[in-house]
Amino acid sequence: MILKKSVAISETGFIFNPATGDSYTVNPIAAEILQLLKAAKSLAEIKQEILQQYDVDEKTLEEDLSDFSSHLQQLGLAEHEA
Amino acid sequence: MTMEKKRYERPVIQKLNSGLLNKFGSATEIKPLTEIDGVPVKRLVAEYGSPLFVFSERQIREKYAEVHKIFTTRYPKVKFGWSYKTNYLNAICNIFHQQGSWAEVVSGFEYEKALQNGVPGNKIIFNGPDKTAADLQKAMANNSLIHLDHMDEFYLLNELAAAGHKKPRVAIRVNMDTGVYPIWDRFGFNYENGQAWSAINKIMTSGNFTMVGLHCHIGTFMLAPSAYGIAADKLAALFVRIKNKFGHTLEYIDLGGGLPSPNNLKGAYLPGNDLVPPIEEFADTIANSLLNSDIAPNELPLLIMESGRLLIDEAGYLIGTVIANKRLSTGRRATILDFGVNSLFTSFWYNHKISPAQEVSNYKEDVELFGPLCMNIDVVRESVILPPLNTGDRVVAQNVGAYNVTQWMQFITMRPNVVLIDDQGKPHIIRRAESLDTLNQMEEMPAHLKTFKL
Ligand SMILES: Cc1ncc(COP(=O)(O)O)c(C=O)c1O
Repeated sequence: MILKKSVAISETGFIFNPATGDSYTVNPIAAEILQLLKAAKSLAEIKQEILQQYDVDEKTLEEDLSDFSSHLQQLGLAEHEA
Repeated sequence: MTMEKKRYERPVIQKLNSGLLNKFGSATEIKPLTEIDGVPVKRLVAEYGSPLFVFSERQIREKYAEVHKIFTTRYPKVKFGWSYKTNYLNAICNIFHQQGSWAEVVSGFEYEKALQNGVPGNKIIFNGPDKTAADLQKAMANNSLIHLDHMDEFYLLNELAAAGHKKPRVAIRVNMDTGVYPIWDRFGFNYENGQAWSAINKIMTSGNFTMVGLHCHIGTFMLAPSAYGIAADKLAALFVRIKNKFGHTLEYIDLGGGLPSPNNLKGAYLPGNDLVPPIEEFADTIANSLLNSDIAPNELPLLIMESGRLLIDEAGYLIGTVIANKRLSTGRRATILDFGVNSLFTSFWYNHKISPAQEVSNYKEDVELFGPLCMNIDVVRESVILPPLNTGDRVVAQNVGAYNVTQWMQFITMRPNVVLIDDQGKPHIIRRAESLDTLNQMEEMPAHLKTFKL
């Protein structure tokens, strides 16, 4: 999955989609994931990164990541790799 | 080197202006409630399980003292009658009795409960439309205050009194137009159409009764102090009329319950704290009506209040646990808790305040909270702004002290433990969780159904 190029992420966790004019807020962990996506990391790499830093089991994280990424797609902020 | 790992929270994204500020999504709602009266929620759950009802003895006593003072500083003679149906766990009732409350009951078993708790018969107010002949006989023998609800009850008690050569102490329940609709005219005798006056005449002339008071209960969660003023005016007018016609002075005027707690009524656009007038305003209006009435100053009646929810709602908490998170077909977040409308019956009419019980991030999202029942109606909150909760996290529903531990249903899950935290911060179980044995104890198996082969 890749984040749409035009999507802007601020330091403070505000997301702006110039294509629609919509803005969003995210919690710190979501901001971190978005930054990693922006840096062209894959979901698998992101998973490893988060597992190292946070107190969470792999199964829970996998579920949450998959839910989060499908939500990003639903919101039109990300798309499947071509 | 090993590093302490950070607390995990689900990643969430939310569109701005999409309901963050709607309804009751105030910032205070996401302040975590990690302890109740100094006892950590974690410890309570570890010792007593989840879900768990928790009551604060300190809060009950403080609230009672506060409300009692509000009334007694405005009117010389005031008594509270603890409304058993609001919460009849014996430990809770006894806190109110220790504070000086009489008992207000509406059924034979509640009456018996009050007696067994040690309330003297002449300090039990017996309300309600469903008193059996046996109930009436017992109440009569104990000199209790019997509040007549309808003419059939009058005739029944009249007969029992005549046969038993005992004069029961009675009042009538009066219903009336107080400017708040609908009028609760199913209960008692109507003021405006003369029913109440006619019942009073029957009682006064029968010779079989001692008429001691007048009663009303004008509604539930009343937001208009003026309604109580009108009720007090009308009962005071009847008081004077009885004095004038029969030369008889009543002992008390009982204005029932119905004073609001700071809960959030469903459908209201303001949270309870902003909606509910201060209790002082109710007390002012009531006291002014009685003091300014035509009742002679030396004959001012005792004022009885039967407040339930006002006195206990805030002292009750329900701790629960997040079972799962889901996304609904609309994309909305849903969180499933281990308590639903079976335990938190009042979520049918209140938007209970729900707080996380552990430290959380500042981020919040709009979620729908469901209970564990396999039914669509099992909604604890249709919409609430909460930080992302993980499976296993605890939440605390607040202002749940009234009507839940009496109206809860044993459906799909068992009724949980109820704990009281005493003035010293020590928890005590005051009602044990039900178990399969509790249920099976009540059942009988006909012999021909005892065995089967599959
Ligand atoms: C006769 C009577 N008194 C007192 C109460 C207690 O009411 P509340 O909890 O609203 O104060 C009720 C409740 O319905 C009632 O019917």
